[in-house]
Amino acid sequence: MSIPQPLGGPIWTKPFKVFAVFAAIGLTLIAIRFIYGLGAITNMSNGYPMGLWIVFDLVIGTAFACGGYALAITVYIANRWEYHDLVRPALMTSVFGYTLGGIAVLLDLGRYWNAYNIFLPWQVNPNSVMLELAVCVLLYIGVLWLEFLPTLLEKIGFKKGLHFVNHLLFVFIALGVWLPTMHQSSMGSMLIALGAKVSPLWQTDLLPLLFLLSALIMGFSVVIFEGALSAMGFWKPMETPLFIRLARIIRWVLAAFLIIRLSDLIGRGYLGLAFNGDLRGNMFLLETALFALPLYILASYKHRENRQMLFIAASSMLFAGIVLRFNAFLVGFSPRPGYVYFPAATEIMVSIGMISLEILAFLYFVKRFPVLSFGEHQTKTAQ
Amino acid sequence: MSLDRRNFLKLTGGAAVLGAAGTAEARPNKEPSPDAVGMLYDATICIGCKACMAGCKEANDMPIDSNLAEPGQPPIWDTPIDISDKTLNIIKVYKQGSAEVKDREFDGFSFIKRHCMHCVDAVCISVCPVNAMRKNPVTGVVTYHPEVCIGCRYCAFACPYNVPAYEFEKPLGQIRKCQFCDHRLKQGQLPGCVEHCPTGASLFGTRKQILEEARRRLSMRPGEEYEYPMQTVDSPHKHVATVKQYQPYIYGEKEGGGTQVMMLAAVPYDKLGLPNLPEKSAASRSETVQHTVYKGFLAPSLLLLFLLYITNKTVRREQHEEERKQLEEE
Ligand code: SF4
Ligand code: SF4
Ligand code: SF4
Repeated sequence: MSIPQPLGGPIWTKPFKVFAVFAAIGLTLIAIRFIYGLGAITNMSNGYPMGLWIVFDLVIGTAFACGGYALAITVYIANRWEYHDLVRPALMTSVFGYTLGGIAVLLDLGRYWNAYNIFLPWQVNPNSVMLELAVCVLLYIGVLWLEFLPTLLEKIGFKKGLHFVNHLLFVFIALGVWLPTMHQSSMGSMLIALGAKVSPLWQTDLLPLLFLLSALIMGFSVVIFEGALSAMGFWKPMETPLFIRLARIIRWVLAAFLIIRLSDLIGRGYLGLAFNGDLRGNMFLLETALFALPLYILASYKHRENRQMLFIAASSMLFAGIVLRFNAFLVGFSPRPGYVYFPAATEIMVSIGMISLEILAFLYFVKRFPVLSFGEHQTKTAQ
Repeated sequence: MSLDRRNFLKLTGGAAVLGAAGTAEARPNKEPSPDAVGMLYDATICIGCKACMAGCKEANDMPIDSNLAEPGQPPIWDTPIDISDKTLNIIKVYKQGSAEVKDREFDGFSFIKRHCMHCVDAVCISVCPVNAMRKNPVTGVVTYHPEVCIGCRYCAFACPYNVPAYEFEKPLGQIRKCQFCDHRLKQGQLPGCVEHCPTGASLFGTRKQILEEARRRLSMRPGEEYEYPMQTVDSPHKHVATVKQYQPYIYGEKEGGGTQVMMLAAVPYDKLGLPNLPEKSAASRSETVQHTVYKGFLAPSLLLLFLLYITNKTVRREQHEEERKQLEEE
């Protein structure tokens, strides 16, 4: 097993500065939101009371951040230690992805100063999916930071602390599998209470299962996708052989997802809606195609060997997960009649600012902290 | 590289743990309280005067909702286009073709009153994480409690009638919705809208009385004269009018598990903008799924134990090996 090392190199590079500007714009807009209210910088309305920040930053953002979750299952539960080197970078994007999802929720809360109520046992409503979601996501953010702690402690050389954390690491890891299993499925359950307000193409009691499976798919894909990107960005060779094997695992999850999705639709008798030729039908077809394409690509050994194909498959799966979530929450959603929603430029800039912050943190951490392990796999797998 | 057998067993073990708890019973719709209050809106005797809207504003101290004011000028009069954070109650118009005759679907028009329906099995209550939406156990009125509300707007997202409205324009906004004038009921007064209605189109009573009254109207023949009670079902004050051809069912008796505000109209309800809802409440569906997955938190607890057992083994083993290697190197 290779030892993770800081990449080193200067922090204030050109891309870093560009992202810093976006982050600054986002932070300024956030200040405006708190001074003048949500209406000042968002297009949310009482027809569309939930918008981009919940759907994109929370629901999609945390699914993107499921790399840590997917790998934790592979490595620690299925006992596949050859993927261990991928855990740290995946964990790091999970830490930042989830933290930002949590921040997005705080920005979005209309009465954030009352937020502590979700921790008062006599005040909460256990029937509320939102409660489960909020508590689970917050706890998971804490757990992710704890899982990530060894990386930080190694850096500052705090041996005793490191030893202690490593001793309890198995608890954090178990929690780190447990919590996302619950809240990623709950993101889907959230829509069940909307009943007829969500098109039958997406409204099903199986939503929790579909969201959980697709979060896993996105988690695996993001590991491949980011591996490829950062390998390009830092001019290090991509760890292809590992990713190829990872791709084989994804195939099964993908197949399961598609079988459940389609048989549910057929069983409920709504598959016909897919071919109506309207926006919803077409978006459903797009979503399904994006899930099916990687299944086709990954079915062939030759394709899995091919770096570009692997990259295409990973991107397709990520888009599939995004489109599924946008569809279920916005496209399939029937608002109050007469309302339309497209996020305001300022609303989008806040999301971009948040992502920029995440990238800034990522760049800083891989350069200064022992996160990435490179190079050794080439020799290892050549044997 | 297929999963080896031991791992396969582990995974199926986990699946079994999840599956074992998947047998929770479906939660049925909630039943109305025997003393639940009710309101009947009869579109056929509504004259569209909007006195109820003015009455509602006054009773609830709501601001002018002007969509006609010149920019920069103070609003002149109340011109809401829908219920909102400034308007809890609105009279809307349905028009078709030449809109000649009232209460006719084609070439006719009709009014419709919209506000909170005070659902029997309210989804806004089921989804609120902090119990900021509550149902009075006796009257069944659904009230809102800003002192605990976190402003997540899940209630607005889920309400089938799109009722709860958040004050997006304010930095410290809250949710606004019709609360059946709970503060007035407590003082023995009628809801503002009912008190101001000149024809009895908005009628107050218990839910039972309201249902009886609505059934009586449905049993009458069109063209007959009927003494419509004003303000309350049992009021001595009546207003005589000709019975119209009603749609043959009471909107709100069954919709989404039933509501405490019910409607009668001559034009099909979906044309008036009222949603077509199944009898099973969305709240019961959602809670059934949630409880099937979580059944008393038993399944999650078992799953966590199972995960702890495995990670304890795998992580520990790996850590020991690493330590051993390090020792060897030294
Ligand atoms: S109409 Fe909407 S706000 Fe009113 S009780 Fe029903 S779910 Fe709640
Ligand atoms: S906005 Fe307030 S009342 Fe509505 S669901 Fe959220 S916490 Fe409850
Ligand atoms: S009951 Fe009160 S709050 Fe509700 S519509 Fe009537 S006047 Fe308005």
